[in-house]
Amino acid sequence: MKQVLEGSQAVAEAVRLAGVQVVSAYPITPQTHIVEILSDYCATGKMNAKFLRVESEHSCMAALIGAQSAGVRTFTATSGQGLALMHELLHWASGARLPIVMAEVNRALAPGWNIWVDQTDTLAQRDTGWIQFYCEDSQEVIDTTLQAYKLAESVALPVMVVLDAFFLSHTYEPVDVPSQEEVDRFLPPYEARFELDTKNPCSFGPLVPPAVYMEMRHDMAAAMDTALATFPVIEDEFAALFGRRYGAVEAIACDDAEIVFVTSGTITSTARLVLENLRGRGEKLGIAKIKLFRPFPVDEVRKALKGAKKIAVIDRNFSFGASGIFAQEIRAALCNAPDHAPVFGYIAGIGGRDVTPEVLEEIYWKTKHNALPERESVWIGLQEVSHGS
Amino acid sequence: MDLELTEREFMYPGHVGCPGCGAAIAMRFVLKALGEKMMMVLPACCWSVIAGPYPSTTLKIPVIHSAFETGGAVASGVRAALDMKGDTDTTVVTWAGDGGTFDIGFQALSGAVERNEDFIYVCYDNEAYMNTGIQRSSSTPYGAWTTTTPGKDWKKMRKKNIVEALAAHRIPYAATASISHPEDLVRKVKRAQAVKGSRFLHIFASCPTGWKIPSEMAVKIARMAVQTNIFPLYEVEEGLHYTINYKPKRFPVREYFKIQGRFQHLKDEDLDVIQKMVDEDWELLLRKAGEHA
Repeated sequence: MKQVLEGSQAVAEAVRLAGVQVVSAYPITPQTHIVEILSDYCATGKMNAKFLRVESEHSCMAALIGAQSAGVRTFTATSGQGLALMHELLHWASGARLPIVMAEVNRALAPGWNIWVDQTDTLAQRDTGWIQFYCEDSQEVIDTTLQAYKLAESVALPVMVVLDAFFLSHTYEPVDVPSQEEVDRFLPPYEARFELDTKNPCSFGPLVPPAVYMEMRHDMAAAMDTALATFPVIEDEFAALFGRRYGAVEAIACDDAEIVFVTSGTITSTARLVLENLRGRGEKLGIAKIKLFRPFPVDEVRKALKGAKKIAVIDRNFSFGASGIFAQEIRAALCNAPDHAPVFGYIAGIGGRDVTPEVLEEIYWKTKHNALPERESVWIGLQEVSHGS
Repeated sequence: MDLELTEREFMYPGHVGCPGCGAAIAMRFVLKALGEKMMMVLPACCWSVIAGPYPSTTLKIPVIHSAFETGGAVASGVRAALDMKGDTDTTVVTWAGDGGTFDIGFQALSGAVERNEDFIYVCYDNEAYMNTGIQRSSSTPYGAWTTTTPGKDWKKMRKKNIVEALAAHRIPYAATASISHPEDLVRKVKRAQAVKGSRFLHIFASCPTGWKIPSEMAVKIARMAVQTNIFPLYEVEEGLHYTINYKPKRFPVREYFKIQGRFQHLKDEDLDVIQKMVDEDWELLLRKAGEHA
């Protein structure tokens, strides 16, 4: 049924439909409507779930680790500082092979206090063993959250569904909300691969010597590879039921494109508009939208960027002392591919600054008029700042 | 003595603890008192090692090892999941050391108790970070040497009173116990198991390695702690109603300190200061129990 929903509401609807049994959350950074709606669903019986109102984001993830280990489907949502505080336990959740699903609303990290969109919070967690999806609109948010449970449970790794603060979390759009019957056909009730059980007592997560630890990590690496192979299969199943698919990478007009933008999140929607305008003026622009960031879809990225003469990566994030993080990943994915195009890195929209069609056009012309990148990263729209005398 | 304990053991023979480990004695009694319908959350502590490395374990119960500061939170999650599955009669127990309870895990413990999560939190107290090499915690007593309070920098602060902190949360049940008084310990575990909501057991568990005592002294030193009033045995219901379970003859603290390597640097006047602290604390406890001295 079509409804007009915020990105936050879309997450909450997916969590309700997924039959989550334990939700845990803490209000910092600040939280979004996601947990307010879920609190209400738990209180009114619209969801048969227990809501744990924990005293920190750290305890939030710890509680989910306990709940999922005891054999139920779980969920949390967080943002910015909250995710940073969870960091230790993100490693724990993936290392314990728990299919926890989290919605993460990208917010900038302090100081100064800034609650607007910036991807550095989630990208700083790229090595924690979590699968990461970046969403463009509310329909993708609800669909991806449902797919996230299926993928997480099939490979025994946790999944982060990432959405831009405000531009997606607080923006209303028409969304097709599937019925419970439809979702039940796609996502069966949770069956734990292993769980705390008094009839079959086991110890989870004990001391592990060097003789075994490396193999355990290799198992996780293999599960990430499996996730890359499994996601398209899950998308096929989803598409058969709901008629929508997204792809780990969406290649938009890349076949004959000379310059290809690499985008993620809501910037993609703006880029689609810019593509239409520039194509109308004879400019051959394409877009490679990265939805799946971990595992990184190297083959699909190479395929999408194969014909490009120049690649312009737009990063709403920055790794200090290096470059935009998507740009790093793209460069790494291409470095062993033959005859790849030069990669131009652009930093835009940091801390919630608007990335308008004009900003993207500026990036297009800069890329077109330079044979090679001037620098690893070009910051777009920087203002002259006076620091006083 | 009649412990009314099952002969069944919930530990396999053999563990990786040091000789004379008080924490191992505490675990054995607590498990026997609780029985098989329980599962354990084990945040980082000596017992993370004592239980043995993968793929072996000395524990015959379901165990989830967890990060250092998460004892209260992981147990909250386990309880929530069991409740959702309709299993309300399995006891969820967190088993943590003093560092994981008094220091890094205090926030998660406070949060869980404020929510009155239905679980038992057991802190076995060996008065320092023993497993990591005898570093000072906020449970380390006044006067103690540790590797982070060496030489003249021996600890000059009082031990945090954790049961009082829990009582201030109006926790339904909190109690102290010692490996030297197993009847009292077992009774308190069983009592805690019968109460709903959050329950806290503070178990004095000596550490021959960290305290620099012979391993055969482990139980005796714990008994001396009780008999000198350094570690009184008492219970608190709803944070209000105090019951002192054992009133010792108040042996002077000097003997207890003299035989432990960790206190060898203390002078007579230091021991006088400590005696005064112990006497003050005892008077305070008597007043709370309505038993004016």
